[in-house]
Amino acid sequence: MENVEARDVVGDYKYGFHDPVNATIRFDNGLSEQVVRDISALKDEPEWMTDLRVKAYRHYADRPMPTWGNMRMLEQIDFDSICYFLRSSKGTESDWEDVPEDIRNTFDRLGIPEAEKKWLSGVTAQYESEVVYHSIREDLEKQGVIFLDMDTGLKEYPDLVKKWFCTVVPYADNKFSALNTAVWSGGSFIYVPKGVHVEMPVQAYFRINAKNMGQFERTLIIADEGSSIHYVEGCTAPTYSTDSLHSAVVELIALPGSHIRYSTVQNWSTNVYNLVTKRAIAHTNSKVEWVDGNIGSKLTMKYPSVILKGEGAHAEIISVAYSGKGQHQDAGAKIHHLASNTTSKILSKSISKDGGRGSYRGMVQVAKKAENCKVNVVCDALILDEHSRSDTYPTMEVANSTAHCEHEASVSKISDDQVFYLMSRGHSEDQALAMIVNGFFEPFTRELPMEYAVELNKLMALEMEGSIG
Amino acid sequence: MAVEPIIRIRDLHVSIEDTEILRGVNLEILPGEIHALMGRNGSGKSTLANVLMGHPAYSITAGTVEFLGEDLLEMEPWERARAGVFLSFQYPQAVPGLQVGNFLRKSVQAIRGENAPGARDFRKELNAAMAALDVDKKFLGRYVNDGFSGGEKKRFEILQLLLNKPRLAVLDETDSGLDIDALHTVAKGINASTTDESGCLIITHYQRILDHVKPTHVHIMIDGLLVKTGGPELAMKVEEDGYEWIETAAV
Repeated sequence: MENVEARDVVGDYKYGFHDPVNATIRFDNGLSEQVVRDISALKDEPEWMTDLRVKAYRHYADRPMPTWGNMRMLEQIDFDSICYFLRSSKGTESDWEDVPEDIRNTFDRLGIPEAEKKWLSGVTAQYESEVVYHSIREDLEKQGVIFLDMDTGLKEYPDLVKKWFCTVVPYADNKFSALNTAVWSGGSFIYVPKGVHVEMPVQAYFRINAKNMGQFERTLIIADEGSSIHYVEGCTAPTYSTDSLHSAVVELIALPGSHIRYSTVQNWSTNVYNLVTKRAIAHTNSKVEWVDGNIGSKLTMKYPSVILKGEGAHAEIISVAYSGKGQHQDAGAKIHHLASNTTSKILSKSISKDGGRGSYRGMVQVAKKAENCKVNVVCDALILDEHSRSDTYPTMEVANSTAHCEHEASVSKISDDQVFYLMSRGHSEDQALAMIVNGFFEPFTRELPMEYAVELNKLMALEMEGSIG
Repeated sequence: MAVEPIIRIRDLHVSIEDTEILRGVNLEILPGEIHALMGRNGSGKSTLANVLMGHPAYSITAGTVEFLGEDLLEMEPWERARAGVFLSFQYPQAVPGLQVGNFLRKSVQAIRGENAPGARDFRKELNAAMAALDVDKKFLGRYVNDGFSGGEKKRFEILQLLLNKPRLAVLDETDSGLDIDALHTVAKGINASTTDESGCLIITHYQRILDHVKPTHVHIMIDGLLVKTGGPELAMKVEEDGYEWIETAAV
């Protein structure tokens, strides 16, 4: 029965399949303080975490909805019909053979074990509320690199977690960071010791399978002095006619001289609300990069941020957003220059098509005491038809006159002559459009690991099929 | 047996937004022939070039075009390209983010289909063509026509001509705006691309490219009609005397 329903709405979305929901523990839908306490108890957490969850829950319950983004869509979320915790596997395995077969099949279809063999340093795979598979290359483990799911991280390194958890994104930051702090489950915990360079990326893959599911992973990455790491995440879900909610919090701490790159290709099905808080603190001479791609979801509200706290720190936020039929991508970037000689670069590219809506919402602040900061913001929008929409909401608050700020914005359409030129070289209309669109996203795509870049190009080509006439 | 023409245009009438631009063009190009088409700005030369490639802005109100025996006007632009029609654009379009090397490879695969060279042979062909046209290797990493100078755009068109190996090359003012060295290089490319099997239609304002690419036929277009046809000497006469003497005779 469920299958038929899913198939009806799945359309071209390649990841819209779902597997039987074999939950070992499924909480009743809806949220209360008791549910929050139950989650904590089930996970056998230290008291401070339980207390933090409860405080966060109370804040969440009192806090009104955000008044930006898409209020009409936000109002449609039925928080009582969402399942806040679902355990589908007995534990986290380190061998794919030990992962329950149906879940293993899902990740096989998504190509995760194959990618792991070829080009990754480590993998976590989260299914519903918890991480079902986890591995890290032995040599990294020997160098002291910690790469765990967040729940295990809390068990094995309680002091380290307690020291940093909620320090970058306080629970009261916004309604959804409060919700996440109350009910978080899964996500990654990473610590890279001083001077260690993790050469190949580590990957986390997030999959929602059940209907009306809420996924609330929590990720904390600490790069110690002079270290570096590249973290890649991908997300997909089945297409159902009812909505799911994905509300993550990601905290990055880049200690002096370190380098963190965090790449995301979000391809949730178009029934998923994606309301995520991502923030980094960059200490002296460190570098933080968010490479953020939003292709799927119904409504995304996500503004990766960097607090440039130490002198000479550098931030880059490169993002793309594709908004198709019924989608609204309200994405952007935030950078706070708190220290002198800090530099930042924001590049945002959005495509809207078939009535989709893309918004860039950006904030750059330069503090009064921060001398000689450099800011460069570029926003480009490509609108494919007259039913679609693109808006830009940039804010710059510069309190120091030595700052050097540049801001460029452009909105363009694909011209008939451009398409004709490519068609005259043997490419069909769809192919020509895909070439133009992929070219538009290229400054983003080239920053991704090759495998992701290829996949993204294919995805966009698929979106362009049959889009004319 | 008569030789089958590459292209046969009969009584072609073309309008854009209710204005008739071509008013009954007749033209036949046989294998091995190079035709030059001259005329003033606005006489309809570029319209003919665009119509042969299938630009959607034009409506064909009468006439036929056969390409290698097939009805060209029924084909989509990419089908024409795959069938062997090539247009060197007067104003090539930029596609930011689309890398030249990647684009050339994909185009050759689309156009030459089963006969497209494999990766290694393609690389060889590409290197040879780039050397012949004096194009730097760095070119491959740039984006298609993005920030190209006028001369670079024209060289890039001819590079595509060499790689795509069409049966009919239509060159729309490929010589405009080139200095003498670039003109020389471009002409070399055009000559290298012409064979006994292919035809070429060179649209130009100037006789000077015809010093380097020898036409078998020269046509003069006035107000959407081919009013005079001759050999290379006709181009020389137009260069010296202008078009007035033809216009007077045509009235």
